[in-house]
Amino acid sequence: MPQPPSSHDALILKLTAELAPVHRLPSPPRRAFMWLALVAALAFALAAIADRPAVAARLVAAPDMWLSPIGSALTMVLAALAAFELSLPDRSERWALLPLPAALLWLGASGAGCLRSWLVPGVHPADLNDTKDCISFIVALSVPLSALLLVMLRRGHTLRPGLTAAVAGFACAAAAATLLVFFHPYDASATDVVVHVFAVALVIGANQAFGGRMLRAAGS
Amino acid sequence: MVAAQAGDRAAYAALLRDCIGVIASVARRQRVPPDRIDDVVQDTLLTVHRARQTYDPTRSFTAWLAVIAERRAIDLLRKTGRQALREVHAPIAYERHADESVATRDTGGDARLGKAVADLPERQREAVQHLVLQERSLAEAAAATGRSAGSLKVNLHRALKSLRARVGQTG
Repeated sequence: MPQPPSSHDALILKLTAELAPVHRLPSPPRRAFMWLALVAALAFALAAIADRPAVAARLVAAPDMWLSPIGSALTMVLAALAAFELSLPDRSERWALLPLPAALLWLGASGAGCLRSWLVPGVHPADLNDTKDCISFIVALSVPLSALLLVMLRRGHTLRPGLTAAVAGFACAAAAATLLVFFHPYDASATDVVVHVFAVALVIGANQAFGGRMLRAAGS
Repeated sequence: MVAAQAGDRAAYAALLRDCIGVIASVARRQRVPPDRIDDVVQDTLLTVHRARQTYDPTRSFTAWLAVIAERRAIDLLRKTGRQALREVHAPIAYERHADESVATRDTGGDARLGKAVADLPERQREAVQHLVLQERSLAEAAAATGRSAGSLKVNLHRALKSLRARVGQTG
């Protein structure tokens, strides 16, 4: 319905009347750093209870296994930064593409691991039973990380809540997959990669559905 | 805007008033219909209010405002497009809408449906014949049968219900 010009004055009066001083938001890199610092704290806590000599032995045996966690960690950092950028109303949707190169490294390194498990004898690839634990770990860890990230993102005012929440979900799934390295005694196999991709997609989808609604409610 | 972030109401009111012209010109550039430009202005002013903590004084306020106005204009155009697609004015379309579960099923031929129609009570059969088989409008059917439009509608509903039950059972 068309609004008469005086309705602008009425709205301005209303908005002015309810004006309260606000704390300016820190920059997106700074906010992303705060979330990443909490993930790092969690990583130290998990490292303390993990079988560190076994992790070290695995990495010495196959140094290129580092590539996959490096890819997932980079994805986590870039996706978190992209989510905080997207939480501002004036930022371009193209920020959502930022984590993709790191995600390609992550997927590529995991795929290379699969090849090795076919070519090198005596490697123990994960079977379907083992992969159930991976999904549970990634999903279970993503829930608190997502909750925290979404609460932080709500302080912004995104105009693209679904996209912002999906990118946030990507950051959380990548963080969980990175931390999984402490408890993942298998070399990558085709089932393993498929299961990881499935778990990451599940977390992104859940974030987009529930987180998107949460951010939309905050922005309305 | 920096003064508004600190709670200065006079500066805020002046700023919002200055925003109206910028928002309206952005909306026109996005080809928002003239009668909806005020909607974009109001949506954008509300967004500016709710997002004021996100404004970074090191960046241009006009650029910040223009991007928000542009997105609000696009949102409005999308919403208007969806509404136009969804809201079709066709009051008796529902009455004539074929029930796909019945229409697409192979029920054994027209003979069974014809018999089912023939077995209907007179008023219901009349409604089916005029409104469905002869594709008449409610007004035409009312004139032809001497019944009221309301009565025809009720009888058509009842007829469709009993046909659906009967053909569905045997089909």
